[in-house]
Amino acid sequence: MKKPNSDMETRSSGSVKRSLAVFFKDVKSELRTRYAVNAILMFAVVTVFAISFAVGGTGLDPLLQASLLWIIIYFSSLSGLSQSFIKEEESRTAVALRLYSPAEIVLGGKLLFNLVLLFVMNIIIIPLFAVFVSLDIANYPLFLTMLVVGSIGLASVTTFVAAIISKASARGALFAVLSFPLILPLLVEAISGTKKAMVQGIEFSAARTELQVLVSYIIVMTVLGFILFESIWNE
Amino acid sequence: MDLRLVIDGLAKSYPGRPVFSGVSARVDGGRRLVITGPNGSGKSTLVRILCAFIRPTKGTVTLSVENRNLTRLDMRPHIGLVSPDLVLYDELTAIENLSFFAGVAGFHVAETELRSKLEEMGLGGRGDDLVGSYSSGMKQRLKYCLALLRNPELLLLDEPSSNLDDSGKQLVDRIIKTRKGIVVVATNEKTELGYGDQIIRLG
Repeated sequence: MKKPNSDMETRSSGSVKRSLAVFFKDVKSELRTRYAVNAILMFAVVTVFAISFAVGGTGLDPLLQASLLWIIIYFSSLSGLSQSFIKEEESRTAVALRLYSPAEIVLGGKLLFNLVLLFVMNIIIIPLFAVFVSLDIANYPLFLTMLVVGSIGLASVTTFVAAIISKASARGALFAVLSFPLILPLLVEAISGTKKAMVQGIEFSAARTELQVLVSYIIVMTVLGFILFESIWNE
Repeated sequence: MDLRLVIDGLAKSYPGRPVFSGVSARVDGGRRLVITGPNGSGKSTLVRILCAFIRPTKGTVTLSVENRNLTRLDMRPHIGLVSPDLVLYDELTAIENLSFFAGVAGFHVAETELRSKLEEMGLGGRGDDLVGSYSSGMKQRLKYCLALLRNPELLLLDEPSSNLDDSGKQLVDRIIKTRKGIVVVATNEKTELGYGDQIIRLG
């Protein structure tokens, strides 16, 4: 049997292009429903103001600043980054997605979407944190590097864990419980590196160890995610 | 093209509850298989197994396409599905839905082609409406557009005329009768039993 519609198909678009299709679908969907952005924004704003009231405008040392910043980023990401998978399961669109798209394409698209969402979230959180809490950055290149690398690690783990918990009940609690032990090494290194960026006179190279650990962590988690995701998605 | 679906000794049970057992069939290209039985007899479960959404407790399903034996996930690119389980994105338009699924499946279909597919299924002029604004019958028609988009070798129809009006049922009748691949219909409707060259009765 000859495929009658083969003339209107241009085959083999490539995995990147297919993952981008998932990404752009999620962006379009998010812009129309604001499913994840609202959850993240509300959590981030409320937390920043709560901390602002708690510290009462007093000066915070670099370690405390870095710790509070990453705690806000971590919990804000927990409130929103799981939504892309949970929404597919709750609205039952995951069935069609499974039928038409291989697992790695879905994971690639969702990972990219969560990464962009996390960067947007950071763009909102950091100025709020600087104005209402305290943010004394001494080494901007190091601060931005820690933020970008830490966010990539956070997005890769939360995306993978979101896929695991999306079929379960009590998803919220499960997401936090499963994510925390996996993200703890990342948080420790990100806080340590960010703290160094807030100390006067510290060179970029002073945070080499933290960056090496974070990059290794991202590579391991991303590779593991892509290896394990197929069985999670298809079973 | 050599095309064959072989269902061999399929059984499915959940803890403490057998659903069906000993289901076998062999369907060649151009033939139709009807799965029927009372509510809860496992028709939709059997369709889910054919799509590799769930694993059978026992038995195998093999789709032979041009002498290549495909099982489970390898079968999926050759399947078109219309089922109550399958839901499209309410927040996207019909065109955006079809274009997205074509994109993730790895092929491109021109928008004019998509509009002509919608026209064929009685959705002409509604391609730019959000699917969330569609009636249940229109959503069912859109599922047919999607299922036929990649011209699948195996078309699985679970409750094929669900929510459809008379003109929709006529369209489905034409699709089932003119398909050149294998069509599997899971139904309770007596009028649809006649589609089957073979019938599996469950329950």
